[in-house]
Amino acid sequence: MKAGIRYLVPIAALLAIAALLGSGLTHDPRLVPSPLVGKAAPPIVLPEVADPARTFDSANLHGKVWVLNVWASWCVSCRQEHPVLMVLRDQANLPLYGLDYKDTRDAALQWLAAAGNPYLSSASDPKGTVGMNFGVYGVPETYVIDKLGVIRYKQIGPLTPQVVDHTILPLVARLSQ
Amino acid sequence: MIPELGHFCLIVALLVALVQAFYGLVGAQRGVAAWIGAVRAAARTQALFAILAFAALAFSFYRNDFSVLYVAQNSYSGMPWYYRIAAVWGDHEGSMLLWITTLGLWTLAVTFFSRRLPDEMVARVLGVLGLVSFGFLAFTLFTSDPFVRILPAPSEGNGLNSLLQDPGMASHPPMLYMGYVGFSVAYAFAMAALLAGRLDSAWARWTRPWTTAAWAFLTLGIVLGSWWAYTVLGWGGWWFWDPVENASFMPWLAGAALIHSLAVTEKRGAFRSWTALLAIITFSLSLIGTFLVRSGVLSSVHAFAVAPRRGIYILTFLVVVIGASLLLYAWRAPRVGMGGRFAVVSREAMLLVNNVVFITATGAVLLGTLYPLIMQALNLGKITVGAPYFNAVFAPVIAPVLFLIGVGPIARWKQETVLTLAQRLKWAALVAVIAGLLFPFAMGRWKPLVALGLIAAAWILASGWVNFRRRIALQGASGMGWRRFRVPRAYAGMLIAHAGVGIFVFGLTLVSAYSVEHDVKLAPGDTTMLAGYALRFEGTRPASGPDYTAQRGTIVVSRNGRAVTTLHPEKRVYIATGTPVTTAAISYGLRGDVYAALGDDVGNGAWTARLYHKPFVEWMWLGWVVMAIGGFIAISDKRYRIRVKAHVATALSPAPNPRPAPQPRAVGLHEGSAT
Repeated sequence: MKAGIRYLVPIAALLAIAALLGSGLTHDPRLVPSPLVGKAAPPIVLPEVADPARTFDSANLHGKVWVLNVWASWCVSCRQEHPVLMVLRDQANLPLYGLDYKDTRDAALQWLAAAGNPYLSSASDPKGTVGMNFGVYGVPETYVIDKLGVIRYKQIGPLTPQVVDHTILPLVARLSQ
Repeated sequence: MIPELGHFCLIVALLVALVQAFYGLVGAQRGVAAWIGAVRAAARTQALFAILAFAALAFSFYRNDFSVLYVAQNSYSGMPWYYRIAAVWGDHEGSMLLWITTLGLWTLAVTFFSRRLPDEMVARVLGVLGLVSFGFLAFTLFTSDPFVRILPAPSEGNGLNSLLQDPGMASHPPMLYMGYVGFSVAYAFAMAALLAGRLDSAWARWTRPWTTAAWAFLTLGIVLGSWWAYTVLGWGGWWFWDPVENASFMPWLAGAALIHSLAVTEKRGAFRSWTALLAIITFSLSLIGTFLVRSGVLSSVHAFAVAPRRGIYILTFLVVVIGASLLLYAWRAPRVGMGGRFAVVSREAMLLVNNVVFITATGAVLLGTLYPLIMQALNLGKITVGAPYFNAVFAPVIAPVLFLIGVGPIARWKQETVLTLAQRLKWAALVAVIAGLLFPFAMGRWKPLVALGLIAAAWILASGWVNFRRRIALQGASGMGWRRFRVPRAYAGMLIAHAGVGIFVFGLTLVSAYSVEHDVKLAPGDTTMLAGYALRFEGTRPASGPDYTAQRGTIVVSRNGRAVTTLHPEKRVYIATGTPVTTAAISYGLRGDVYAALGDDVGNGAWTARLYHKPFVEWMWLGWVVMAIGGFIAISDKRYRIRVKAHVATALSPAPNPRPAPQPRAVGLHEGSAT
């Protein structure tokens, strides 16, 4: 029955295609990877949210691995993400900074006061110019930036405990070595 | 009340589909005459309830019953009634219902046009169709119920995606589905033949008209889609190699291969197991197409919602159906004999090359379509394959067919000599080369690729003419006057369909090479030149339609000082959805279209505009329509209505060693004529 084996080739082809289609189902076709991953993060020089007299300058973070979270008081998904950030703040050695995107200072302070402030510091970007340099198109977004100021990871949409535990924390640990 | 009745009809159809499948398949296998006798009635009942469900949804649309969620999402009381009906298939749930209804219509057709077939064969065919119906009915009922109510009912609906409010788009899905779903009949025939263990020429003859009909409908469906893209999307393009377009093109290619391979199986008894496999592949590609479109696994201009649960259902269904079919094939096919032998130069050999080419082309399209998924699965990033890949790969792969299309039909079965063929076709070849070399001069610029394309087009038409003349000569002067030109319809259909290919290649070559596209800014009173036409922009004025408001531009087209036509491109905003739509204005002509679309208002009454001249573009669609007409003429041939003697006694139980298939029988005059 050796000759019969060739009649099984179509089934093998079907299984291969089905596996491919199945793997495709697990991905979101609209997810666009950021072209900035692997490139230097755009500089952030903005007033701080907590005290506009002081300047948030990302150059000061050179030599450190840090996480940038883009947020806004008007953003509903950020509220969903907020508890995850609060846990993240309590993790040792994880400097979490915020970029308050297209927001007013009063509303931002009110929200941080009410829900808790997970950030070491937040930069205020009321016109969204810095956000535009980062290619922000959905808030919240989260970036992991390495010691050389290179973006190593980008998350669009709210962080989940899974992403934090399986992606962000291991990545930060690796980059910090 | 009506939507609930519709839902109930779907449930009844689901249950009856099971009965239909059981009576058909088990009845035929066990030879229970009473069960076999009941299959037709079950199939008709199932189809009737599916159609009733569709009618219930259409009625809810007609009555603007916005308490039905699907109606509220896809309709709007201000839309004209015909677009409200067309909105039934404007989204996922209704599209599935259309699928089911179309399958019901094909099932009905099988029950009516199968009286000359052995009962046991019909029972198996209807049984297989019942299983397919069951799968899609269950899918619709459990994952995509179109009859879900919304309480409290909104007072107004969201409106249909305004791009879809176009006659071309309204009729595109039903046509396309007639084709897609029609291949399920060819598939069911192949499965029935495999189950019965008799893949013979009788089976091939029964399958041919169904396959050709499905293919012709699919052809029309693709033309309508392409036409819609050309007139509505406003890009001036007619084919984008978009995943959803490819999803309809792959079954078309495989179906074309199947039509040709069925010819060999019927006439010569060869390619039998290959033909059965091809029937399975063609229907599988329809299913894969449904999956690609309905699961949102690939992003495309068609941008349907991502619905993983539905995707998983269709994928499972696909694997079960195709997997079971291929297993049956792997079990039965090795015992099928080889059929008639043939030489390297013969009609069979050329049809074999035809099949290889069509399947390679299908594979190339499949690879390009799935390529982003492959890259994604291998974690190699996000890549889509665009038109350059398809154009570069597809054209050279399909080219041999354009040559063979002239030679194949004139070659004899079994054995032919190159010399004879050369002698018969030398004039056609000469005419084709001269016409192809000279015609580009008429267009102003001579380009080698244009000459090549035109040689192919002229060759197809000229060799078709030679073929026709020879046929008449062989028939002898039986009859007077016009009767002399009477040929069997299957043969005429083939010639016409092939001529359609020639017409298509002619239009395609010229429009790709000589299109002129201008993106310009026009202030009122400006005149711009386009391929010898003078286009004067006279500004825009507000206008309104039944459910939209628009800015309506006026462009006066003249040539050599004489007015040709006036174009009114519009920028519409649909009231219900608030979406802007560019409606291009096109002046159609056999020598070319002048195409104008408004871009953006840049202030002071000035607009950006896209102005195209598309020479001979209509010939492309004309070619496709001619192909479809050829298909419909072919199936009207009376030899498909000759009653074939039933082999019920041998076929009731599948013999472990099916006896050798009967040699293809001569069918009167037509033996060896049609492919």
